[in-house]
Amino acid sequence: MRSQIEGSQAVARAVTLCRPQVIAAYPISPQTHIVESLSDRVRTGELAGCEYMLVESEFGAMSACIGASAAGVRTYTATSSQGLLFMAEALFNASGIGLPIVMTVANRAIGAPINIWNDHSDSMAMRDSGWIQLFAESNQEAVDLHVQAFRLAESLSVPVMVCMDGFILTHAFEEVDLPDQAQVDAFLAPFVPQQQLDPDEPVTIGAMVGPEAFAEVKYLMHAKQMTALDEIPEIAADFRRAFGRDSGGLLKTYRLDDAETVVVALGSVLGTIEDVVDSMRDAGVPIGVLGITCFRPWPAAEVRAALAHARRVVVVEKAFAVGAGGIVGQNTRDATRDLPLVVLDVVAGLGGRPVTRASLRGLLDDVVEDRLDPTRLHFLDLDLALVERELERSRHGRRPGPHAEHMLRDLGTVASGAFD
Amino acid sequence: MAFQEIKLYQTGTFVVGNRLLDPEQRTVQARTGRSNSLTSGHRACQGCGEALGARYVLDAAMRATDGKLVAVNSTGCLEVFSTPYPESSWQLPWLHSLFGNGPAVASGVAAALRASGRDDIRVVGQAGDGGTVDIGFGALSGMFERNDDVLFVCYDNEGYMNTGVQRSGATPPAAVTATTKAVGPEPGNVFGQGKSVPLIAMAHEIPYVATATVADLHDLEHKVERAMSFRGARYLHVFVPCPLGWRAASADTIRLARLAKESGVFPVFEAEAGEVTAVSRIRRQVPVEDYLRPQGRYAHLFGDHPRPDIVARIQARADRNIARFGLLPEGDE
Ligand SMILES: Cc1ncc(C[n+]2csc(CCOP(=O)(O)OP(=O)(O)O)c2C)c(N)n1
Ligand code: SF4
Ligand SMILES: [Mg+2]
Repeated sequence: MRSQIEGSQAVARAVTLCRPQVIAAYPISPQTHIVESLSDRVRTGELAGCEYMLVESEFGAMSACIGASAAGVRTYTATSSQGLLFMAEALFNASGIGLPIVMTVANRAIGAPINIWNDHSDSMAMRDSGWIQLFAESNQEAVDLHVQAFRLAESLSVPVMVCMDGFILTHAFEEVDLPDQAQVDAFLAPFVPQQQLDPDEPVTIGAMVGPEAFAEVKYLMHAKQMTALDEIPEIAADFRRAFGRDSGGLLKTYRLDDAETVVVALGSVLGTIEDVVDSMRDAGVPIGVLGITCFRPWPAAEVRAALAHARRVVVVEKAFAVGAGGIVGQNTRDATRDLPLVVLDVVAGLGGRPVTRASLRGLLDDVVEDRLDPTRLHFLDLDLALVERELERSRHGRRPGPHAEHMLRDLGTVASGAFD
Repeated sequence: MAFQEIKLYQTGTFVVGNRLLDPEQRTVQARTGRSNSLTSGHRACQGCGEALGARYVLDAAMRATDGKLVAVNSTGCLEVFSTPYPESSWQLPWLHSLFGNGPAVASGVAAALRASGRDDIRVVGQAGDGGTVDIGFGALSGMFERNDDVLFVCYDNEGYMNTGVQRSGATPPAAVTATTKAVGPEPGNVFGQGKSVPLIAMAHEIPYVATATVADLHDLEHKVERAMSFRGARYLHVFVPCPLGWRAASADTIRLARLAKESGVFPVFEAEAGEVTAVSRIRRQVPVEDYLRPQGRYAHLFGDHPRPDIVARIQARADRNIARFGLLPEGDE
């Protein structure tokens, strides 16, 4: 059924259709509308047979999910930003035990400075937590990925994160085709746990493992994620058969044939990038887009194949490894290391800064003309003058004071979100 | 001392011999049908109070639930000594997740059981004092406040034993640990204001809170059984001497637990919905010195440079417990 609906409501509806039996969540912007909506749906009985746990923290939320999943029920949570980091220890635990928890991450920047707006720093910080990470480009895809995520998680007994851009997707109203219950039930069989706390067949879960088998247990986690590289396209194909649309999979390509320049990105920014690519194609520039839907496991072979004919690749990403460089960029370089191409890292859209068509066009014109130094990390729309002023201030005086506050004052801004 | 011999085998005393009791009144541990939830072969130190406590608690809980029990364990000695790969001493479904999240994991298990219509299966969460009063405290308070159907048991050996005997929020004043050595003007742990999680649990007005020691098996089993008769959040704080961490003789575990209670150092009581409903009175009061002396962690109070002033401060704390909980027999107060 097609509805004009807020992204968060659509996701809450999709999760409801997947019939989780335990939801444990703790509020944080921009995830709030999802969990508020799920709380309503449990209370009204729309989501029947589900325990909604009002936990005391995100650490508690993920921990409760661990307990519930180990007790053999379908389990869901959602968070963002600081909340995801607050869960960090439990994330590694859930994946280490191999519990098929599904979680929405409404992507948001990480402080300090505290900032509620969108970027990918949160999910990227947890990229090595052993969770599968799927990135939605649109609200339609967010809905569809949730339905697929439960199936994927449960078939491999691995936890899955569905990442969607905070505010840009979670708070956007757009048309979404919501599946109905019968369709989802047909696609997603009831949960059959691969391990379960059961007094009739007592098992020990979470035992201490020393050097004699630790590496093997970890290897198994890796092997399962490698299996996911086969499983994810199969599930997407099944989804297409059942629901009649393309959603999910490992990668999405756009005008890639004959493209000499390829823009790699993930999440909602892909739409803007595609617009810019269209206009450049109109001007005769051979340029295309590679969208990463599945970032973990990293589909290295598929990325390599998709970029096999490119001359230059520019990775536009909403996070970076401070002191090192691009994250997706580094993975991309790794996947293409034996190919004769240049991979450029561009950081964009941090802390909610809009990634505009004009800025992207300027960037891509530079890229196509080989004007970007491939040995450096680039930042889209960086206000270098602002940085320079603060550096200058730091050179004087013993205690120059807090950077962030100075820089806001320089801008004449007191609150966040005042970019226009 | 002839009267002791007579009392030792009388029913109604705290050392009653099981053999003289009616089968119905015997401890769960004395029954052939006990579940051995934590079975032999684990790696605890000789005389480990925590191993004893866990065995008593879980077997009693298994009996109370007819074997329909799940245990959730925080990181700590109990978790480590019971599950060195590929062995496990657990004969019930058992889950270990992390150090600081035991109560939340247990709540999640309880929610899952309720959601799947299996609330005949009950949940026990268990942790050391560190996992309970320190790092797991937020999760524990959340579990209490939501009144989740979990019995949470703290095995209090007054320190982080698993990591090599460091101070915890439950380490008593003057006790030596690896991070509170007997050096400087205030040897051992500082005199803080204390952190009584049983009293904090009561402030949540949960259905049932109790303290117990491994010295009184009947009492401990009774409290587990009583706890399992309630639904909602319940808390049991068990005093479990640690021979290694306390530098005490392995054979003294039960004796030390008894002396802690008989000196007033550890008050043993029960509370329902925020009100104390029963206290285990002191049978024969002993000075705290009797309790402190056998423990190497207090040796600096009695050596070449004795510190009667510090012993007096510890005595004052015990006296405060005695007055506060009414621990002396009627008429002695
Ligand atoms: C987050 C985290 N911090 C620290 C540790 C190290 N650690 C493991 S067990 C433990 C102490 C356990 O103390 P307690 O809960 O009192 O149990 P005990 O070993 O004394 O029975 C510590 C500090 C850990 N595993 N996880
Ligand atoms: S260190 Fe203490 S708590 Fe740990 S096993 Fe030994 S006696 Fe038991
Ligand atoms: Mg301890």
